[in-house]
Amino acid sequence: MSGPRTPSRTPYPVPSFLVSTRTSEAGPAQDTGTVVCAVRGLTKTYPAARGRRGAPSAPAVRATDDVRLDIRRGEIFGLLGPNGAGKSTLVRQLTGLLRPDAGTVEILGHDIVRHPDRAARLLAYLGQESTALDELTVSLAAETTGRLRGLPLKDARAERDAVIEELGLGPIAARPLKKISGGQRRLACFAAALVGERPLLVLDEPTTGMDPVARRAVWAAVDRRRAERGTTVLLVTHNVIEAETVLDRVAVVDRGRVIACDTPAGLKQQVASEVRVELVWREAAPTGLAEVDALREHAVEAGRRWSLRLAPDEARTAVATLTGGPAFDHLDDFSLATPSLEDVYLALGGSRSDVKGLVKA
Amino acid sequence: MVGERGVGASSSARTADGALAPAARLLPSLAAVYRAQLSRARVARIPLLFVATFQSVGIMVLMRGVVDRGSSEAQSVVAGSAVLVVAFVALNLLAQYFGQLRAAGGLDHYATLPVPPASVVLGAAGAYASFTVPGTLVTGVVGCVMFDLPLGHLWVLAAVIPLAGAALSGLGAALGLLAPRPELATLLGQLGMSAALLLGVLPADRMPEVVRFARDLLPSTYGVEAFARTFGHHPNWPDVLLDLGVCGAVGVASLAVATWAYRRAAVR
Repeated sequence: MSGPRTPSRTPYPVPSFLVSTRTSEAGPAQDTGTVVCAVRGLTKTYPAARGRRGAPSAPAVRATDDVRLDIRRGEIFGLLGPNGAGKSTLVRQLTGLLRPDAGTVEILGHDIVRHPDRAARLLAYLGQESTALDELTVSLAAETTGRLRGLPLKDARAERDAVIEELGLGPIAARPLKKISGGQRRLACFAAALVGERPLLVLDEPTTGMDPVARRAVWAAVDRRRAERGTTVLLVTHNVIEAETVLDRVAVVDRGRVIACDTPAGLKQQVASEVRVELVWREAAPTGLAEVDALREHAVEAGRRWSLRLAPDEARTAVATLTGGPAFDHLDDFSLATPSLEDVYLALGGSRSDVKGLVKA
Repeated sequence: MVGERGVGASSSARTADGALAPAARLLPSLAAVYRAQLSRARVARIPLLFVATFQSVGIMVLMRGVVDRGSSEAQSVVAGSAVLVVAFVALNLLAQYFGQLRAAGGLDHYATLPVPPASVVLGAAGAYASFTVPGTLVTGVVGCVMFDLPLGHLWVLAAVIPLAGAALSGLGAALGLLAPRPELATLLGQLGMSAALLLGVLPADRMPEVVRFARDLLPSTYGVEAFARTFGHHPNWPDVLLDLGVCGAVGVASLAVATWAYRRAAVR
C-alpha cells in the first residue's frame, strides 16, 4: 500500500505527438486581418419532434444561436466544446450542407447561405462519417475524391500518390477502408480530403481513434500546407489537449453559442487566478467526512475522480486538510495544476454535466 | 472583435476574394463514381450477385414442372427470370444502398464535392446495372437450354439489360433516397423486386384484369416482354423496339426523379 504520489506541477504532460511541428512561432495568423470565413448572426433551430410510440417527444433545440466568427487566412481555428454542443451543426452550415434559419456565412467573398453549392469549390470537408468510402481501397478513395473535386485523372493520381506517401499510408493503400482500423480509416479519409487542394480545410474531429504516429502525420500535413500555401484550417474538437497544442485561436461552443473566442493562452489567462485540484479516491469518496463533503459542492465527479477549481489559498487549505486528516487513507492520488481550457469552459458558464464530454487525451 | 457579438461598427461580413475551383464535369465524375462503385462489388456484392442468379435459376427449375418446353409460357418464364436478376440488383440492392448511405450521413461526402448530382446517381445506377450482366446472361442461357428455346437472339440482352437496368435502378435510387428511414427503403426495394418476380415470371394470360394493369405499370414488364418476343421464330421487331423504348423512357424519367431526390437528400 503506497500513499498518495507526489503532487505534479504539470497540468497534463503534453505528449510529443501533440506538439505542433510548425516551424514559425511568429504569431497565430500569418496574414493577420485577411478574413477567409466570416459568420454573422448564424441561427439554426431544430423543430420539436413529435413522440413516436414509446419514445417521448423532443422539444425544439436551438443548435446554433446567433454565432459570429471571423476566421483569418493561414490560421488553425478551433471549435471546442463537449459532444452535443452544436459544433458539427455549425460546421455543416459553413459547408453548405445545412441551411441556417438566419444569418450569413461568407467564405472568400462568396455567400454560402445563398449559394451553398459554392462551398464545395472553396473548401475541403472531412466529416465524421466514412460510409461513402468504406468499401473502396484507400488508394481509390483518394483518387475518386480527387476526381470528384474536379481534377483530371492524371493529376488526381499524382496527388493521390503524393498524399499517400506523405501520410505513410503506402502499406495499406490497396486495402478497403472497411478492413482497416478506425484510426487508419480516419487517416485515409483525411488523405482523401487533401487531394484536390482547397484554401480552406474543414476538419470535424480528424484525429479520433488515431495513434500518435498518425496524429503527428495529420498535423505535419496541415502545417506544411499552411506554410507553403497559406491554407486555413477550421478544426472541430472536443479534445482539450489537442485544442491547447495545435490551435492558433479557439471558439468555445456551449449549447449552440460561442461563449468565448481567443488564443488558448488568452483564454487560460481568464482563469489564471485559479488552481485545479484533482483527487482520485481509492474506492468511493469518504462522503461522511465533513472536509470531503465541503469540497464535493465544487467538484466535477467522474467515478473515483474529482476535479475542482479553487483559488490558490483555498486549494492549499483543501490539500492540507485532506492529507492531514482521516480522508488521506481514502486518497489514491491527488494533483495541483494550472488551469486548462476545460476550466475556461467551466468558468465561462459551460455546464458541469457537459464538461465530461471534453476529452483530455 | 472576433467571436463576440454586438461589438464593432460593421456587422456585415467582408472576406478576401477567392477564386472558385473548377467544378467536376459530368462525364469524368460519372466515370469516377462508376469505377468506384464497380470496385465495391469485389468487397461487398459478389455473394449477393450469386444469390440473385440462384434465385432466378431456382424459379425456372420450379416452373419447369408446370410449363411445357418451348411454349409461350416458357418464353415468359425465362425472360421474367432473367429480368428478375436486374430487378434484384438494380432495384432492391440500389434502394438499400442509397437508403443506408443517406441514413448514415454518407451523402455528405458527395455533397461537399463539386460534383453534378446526375453523376453520382447515374454512376451508381450504371454500376448496379453492370453487376446484373453475368447473372442475367447465365439465367438466359440456362433457361433457353432448360426450356428448349433458341439461343440465337440472346444478343437482345445487350439492349434489355441497360434499358431495364436504367428503369429499375432509377426507381431503386429514387426509393432509397426518398424513403424517410433506411428500413423503409429496404422494404420498398424488396416489394419492388417481389412485384417484378410475380408479375414478370408468371404468364400474363391467366392474370385477373387488376393484376394485369399493375403488370403494365411495372417498368420491368417491358424488358420481359421485349426479351420474350425474341424467342419466336420470326420475332416482331417493331414490338420489341417499342417495349425497349418504353423501358428507355421510364429509365430517363426515373433517373431524373432519382437525381432530384439526391439533390433534396443532400442538402437539408
